[in-house]
Parts: sequence; C-alpha cells; structure tokens
Amino acid sequence: MYFLRLVVKNALRHKLRTTLTIVGIVVAISAFGLLRTVIDAWYAGANASSSARLVTRNAVSLVFSLPLTYAQRIRQMPGVTAVSWANWFGGVYVSERNFFPQFAIDAPTYLEIYPEFLLSAEERKAFLTDRQGAIVGRKLALQYGWKTGDQIPLRGTIFPGTWTFNLRGIYDGATKTTAESQMFFHWAYLNESVKKRLPRRGDQIGVLIEQLKDPDQAAAVSQAIDSTFRNSLAETLTETENAFQLGFVSMSEAILLAIQAVSFVVIVIIMAVMANTMAMTARERGSEYATLKALGFGGGFVALLIFGESLLIAAIGGVAGIALTFPLANAFREALGTFFPIFYVSDETVGLQLGAALVVGVVAAIFPAWRASRLPVVEGLRAIA
Amino acid sequence: MRVPFIYIIRNLVARRLTTALTAGGMALVVYVFATVLMLSAGLKATLIATGQDDNVLVIRRGSQTEVQSGIDRMQAGVVESLPDILVGQDGLPLVSKEPVVLINLPKRGSGKPSNVVIRGVTPRGLTLRPQVHIIEGRMFRPGTAEVVAGASIATGFRGAALGETLRFASRDWTVVGVFDAARTGFASEIWGDAEQMMQAFRRVGFSALIFKLTESDRFDAVKQTIESDPRLTLEAKRETRFYADQSEALSTFINYLGTTISVIFSIGAIIGAMITMYASVASRTAEIGTLRALGFSRGSILTAFLGESLLLGLLGGVIGLTGAAFMQALSISTTNFQTFAEIAFRFVLTPGIVAAALLFALAMGFVGGFLPAARAARLKIVDALRAA
Repeated sequence: MYFLRLVVKNALRHKLRTTLTIVGIVVAISAFGLLRTVIDAWYAGANASSSARLVTRNAVSLVFSLPLTYAQRIRQMPGVTAVSWANWFGGVYVSERNFFPQFAIDAPTYLEIYPEFLLSAEERKAFLTDRQGAIVGRKLALQYGWKTGDQIPLRGTIFPGTWTFNLRGIYDGATKTTAESQMFFHWAYLNESVKKRLPRRGDQIGVLIEQLKDPDQAAAVSQAIDSTFRNSLAETLTETENAFQLGFVSMSEAILLAIQAVSFVVIVIIMAVMANTMAMTARERGSEYATLKALGFGGGFVALLIFGESLLIAAIGGVAGIALTFPLANAFREALGTFFPIFYVSDETVGLQLGAALVVGVVAAIFPAWRASRLPVVEGLRAIA
Repeated sequence: MRVPFIYIIRNLVARRLTTALTAGGMALVVYVFATVLMLSAGLKATLIATGQDDNVLVIRRGSQTEVQSGIDRMQAGVVESLPDILVGQDGLPLVSKEPVVLINLPKRGSGKPSNVVIRGVTPRGLTLRPQVHIIEGRMFRPGTAEVVAGASIATGFRGAALGETLRFASRDWTVVGVFDAARTGFASEIWGDAEQMMQAFRRVGFSALIFKLTESDRFDAVKQTIESDPRLTLEAKRETRFYADQSEALSTFINYLGTTISVIFSIGAIIGAMITMYASVASRTAEIGTLRALGFSRGSILTAFLGESLLLGLLGGVIGLTGAAFMQALSISTTNFQTFAEIAFRFVLTPGIVAAALLFALAMGFVGGFLPAARAARLKIVDALRAA
C-alpha cells in the first residue's frame, strides 16, 4: 500500500509538469481515437453489408449501365430469391457542397431486400403510390430540415435538368451501422423522363442487387450470373455486397494509409513528450533513489517506482482522452454533416486507445528505470539535478 | 546587455536527451505539416499543369466532369464552326472531339481494381497537347485496336505496360506505347483512337470538345456564344480552369485534414517544449540569480530563454523539413472523388511550404517557451540565489 502512496506522491510532486504531460496525453489519445474513427467510417459501408446480397454491375466500370432485361433473366436463376435494381443519380441539391447519395430504386423490391431501412406502414404506402415520391434517411432530413410533404429539387449531373421530388417518408436505420443519409426515389419515374428525352438511354440500370437463398452459394451464383452474360454487349461483374463496397474503399486506400500512419505518429510524438518527462523526473531524483538503495531497497524497487509513476500518468491521460473522444466525435459528425453517413467510436477503437496509453507509459519509463536501477549508490548520492 | 548566444546553445547541448526528445517531437509535427502541404501542392500542380490557357473545353451543361458529359454530333458540328477557333496546318479548325470513359483495372501490386480514364483522341487532340510525348514504343495507329498508356498507368496497373494487352469493351487492345505527360493528369490516362473507342463503347456522342482559340482573350466572347445558343446545352471552360476545379474537393479535403491534424499534434509538441523549458528554468534558478546579480536585465533573461525555446523549435523544424524533403521522391496514386478516376501526383516542396513549416516550428517554440521564460525573468535575485 505504501508503495502506491509513494507513486502517487511522486507523480504529484511537480504538479505543473504532471498536468502538462496529462494534457498532452489526453490530446494525443483523443486525436488517435478520432483518426481511427475516421478510418472506421470509411469502412462502415462494407461492414454494414449483408452476406446474403450480391451486386451485379457492368464489367467495364460503374459508368456503364446494364439493360433492364437482365433483371428478369437473373430472377429465374436458381439460388436467387429476389432481384432489385438501382441507379446512382448524382444530383446536386442547391449547391455542390451539399453532397449526399441519391438512388433511383425499384422501390417495392428494393425495400424488401433492404429490411434495415425502417419506414412506417403509412409512409411506405405513400411513397409507393406517389410516382414522384422520395424517402430520405433521418439524419439527412434533420440536416436540411425536411418534413414529409416537402418538395426537394435536385439538379442532375448525369441526367440533365432539374428534378423535383415529393418527400413521402423519413426512414430510420435498423442498427447504428445503417446509413441514414441517403435519398431514394422511383426508378420508374427517372426512366419515364429519360425515355422521353433520350430514348437511347431508356430502360438502363446501374446495378442489380440479388437476394440469395443461402449465403454459402454466393460464389456459385455470381459465377452463374456472369457466365450467362459473357460475350454479350454488357458483360457483368457480380460480387458480394461486401466486396462491392470494399472496392470503393480501396480506391482511396492511399489516403486511408496516410491517416493510419499519422494516427501512429501522434502516439510516437506523445511518447517523446512522456519519455522526456520521465527522464527529467528520474534525473532530478538521482540522490533520492540512491538513498532508497542505501536503505536496502533493490534496484528493481526503484525501477518499479518509475514504471508505476509513468503508468499512472499515462492511465489518467488515457482515460480522460477516451472520455473526450466521444464528444469530439459528435462535434466532428455535426460539422461534416453527411460526408460520413456512419460515424461512431467503436469498442475496438477504445481498446486500441487504452493499449496505446499503456504502451506510452511503459516505453517512456524503460530508459529512466534502467538507468536508475543500475545507478551506483555513491554516484547517486553525489548527483545534483 | 545581452546574454551571449553561445550560452543558449550550450544549455541545449548540456541536456542532450531532453533536447533530442523535445526537438524530435516537434520534428514529427513539422514533418506531418509539411508533407500534407506538399501533397496538396502536388495535386494542384498536377491538375493545373494539365490544362493550356488558350485551350477551351466544352462539356454538357451541369455535368461537372468529362465522363458524365455527352455531346451529340449535331452540337459538335455547331461548336466546330465557331469563328474564333485556330486553324491548323491542314486548313481545318483545331478541334478534338473526344469520348472519355472510365474502366475498371486491377492495380499491379495489390490486384485491387480502380477506375482509369480512357480517352479517345484524334491527331488534332495531340496537337492541342504539346506536353504529351511518347517515351517508349510508338503512337497508336488510327483505325486499329492499339492504345498508348500514360507513364503512371503503365507502371501502376496490370496489362498496361508496353507490349501487354488490355481487355475492355469486348475487345483486346494492345499497348504499343507509353507516353510522358510532364507530370500532368494525362499521365493517369490511357489514349486510343477516338472513332475506335466510340464504336467499341457504342457511343453515338462525344464526351468533350477541346479547341484552341485564335487569341486567348477571345474566351469570354466564345463562352458567351456557346452558352447563349439555344441549340447547345453546353458550357465552355478554359482548360486550366476546368482541371483546377477538378482538384478542388480532394485538395480541400487534404488541406482540412492536414491542418486539423497538425494543429492537434502541435498542442502535444508545445506541451513537450513547455515541460522542457520549465525544467530548464527550475534547474537553473541559481544560475539565473547569478546572471541577474551580474547585471543582466529581466529583459535579457526573457530573451535568452525564449531564444533557447525558439532554437529548439528551429532544430525540430529543420529536421522535420529534411525528412519531408525526401518525400519528393515518392508519388501517390489515389481516386479523385470528383471525377471518380485514378490520379497520380507527387509531393512538391515549394519555397512557400518551407517558410510556412519553419514559421510553424518557430511558433511552437515561442508558445511553448513564453511562459517558462516569463517565470525565469520574474525571479527575484535574492530568492534565486538562495535556491541553490
């Protein structure tokens, strides 16, 4: 018990220095947590995907579409229980800054395949019966202050012109990994207008989504789909929803790697600061440690004292840093709006933060502890700080 | 009377470990700060160099990128007959009508797919871009399934090096040449014959029109003509402006992220400097008293300690910048959010970045050293002398 008291008393000796060090650790640990959360947010789409869904797109790239007839062909294939489709709309709401994903969907089948978008029965009915209707996620509705019944104008970038939709419902996500910042409207409405203006681009869909009877059949079914359309005008590429989403993530891999590297750099920086603190502390107390040794305490005890102090400071800073991460992440989410549809601090991040704080505490103490434990008594007693 | 400079330096040397740790922390912050600025400068340099000031790029109104745009042959014909277009040596206007699409290609190392721009060009399109020249192999022959790849694509993607074949749009395309585009965005593209591409991708319209003006300052008039013509639903931009706009989102993102990270990191480094300087003041209380007794004023004590801290910052800044300068050897390839296509760019160190990074380092030293220096200056001579 007296050992712990000694450690605490030691840590409190230089109040200013200890406070500054703790503040440094708090900043570093919360920054580390925030950066990890940003990386997690990138992968959120892939993590939220279901293994029982496949996505089929044009093999050349997403810029090319597929003919609508493919949906009927795929629906008859064994192992497929339902088929839906969606087009990326890429509209601009008021100005380019307000980015959020919009999809033209085949609503009845789409909502069935994606049960995680929760709509009340009335809203669902209102959406399905209004050809110009649209639904948006709760978060998106909050951000722009939309209410059911509002009209939302979008300026098309891929489909020219201004498009107006009637907001018929606001959906909630079934879990916190469900993206609540998307907008959906009827593909039939888009197709009808496109056919009138650009007949060549009618009856074309961006991606097909298939629901599988058994997730284990994913590989076999995707192969069957792709071989059906091989050597046709629009060859397909079918992958699991997870792989499809990861494809997007890997495109920004260079940036993600940089953020990841930087999140470790901040830990190294704070390690340098903390090691500096411990080195100074140990140097100043050279004569004290020598006295302890002269009284009969071993070198191990002195080393333990230093480790204890370092770990105590790191732990206080670490816990405070973790506590600060949550309000910070909230503020970050508010500021970024819908840029990251899903943004929350995962348990894994908290674990990593705790681990990082402990590593900082241990590493910072290694050198001073080693030096203090080996310091000859005579030399230590003679030392002045 | 000023405290000699050598005294300041020797104080730092006397505490080697502490000096190294503090300066090391600052160096890492400066390194991150400088690399982020270099990245964003590199991206801008790449995309701005891609355009030529007297070239005009025409795309469908509201489409933002070439890939999303579509221009039919009738509209192209109208634009082609504008009077302000420079006439080439063959007596025809210098207009290139180009289909631009994205294809999915696997990267050489990881095999992960990314989007690459495929551009159909005409002989006139090559005249319009004098910065592009073949470094390996030869140019594609019009009317064949031959393509040439930009240097970044040839090294970065499977099947895109000289002599290899790529398969897209139900055809095999042979890479017969690799072109260098003097660090422009074109280095991240694959070029083939425009008419061949149109047929392979079953396009009836072009994606973009590029033409050269007779005189650069006729741009506003041409823009006016194109955008007010009711037959055309097109918009015209200077090529330089167009590519600069395309880098905006990515470069803003990099800047925001980098600045936020640098500011957060600098708090850590400033605290490190503060701890070091406070310790330096505390362990030298008697020394400070002696200096004051010798006749050095409070002002010169303050300056001496601030000088020590600024020197620490400068040391960190120089080390960090040196590390960042080595990053110039690397290039980075990622997807531009706006065009959804791969773009390769380098880290570029400009004199502005050097100045900004050093100022940043000095600022960290100043903020970290000010309070401890003030404490040293406020010490009373008698108390300080007694402290020993």
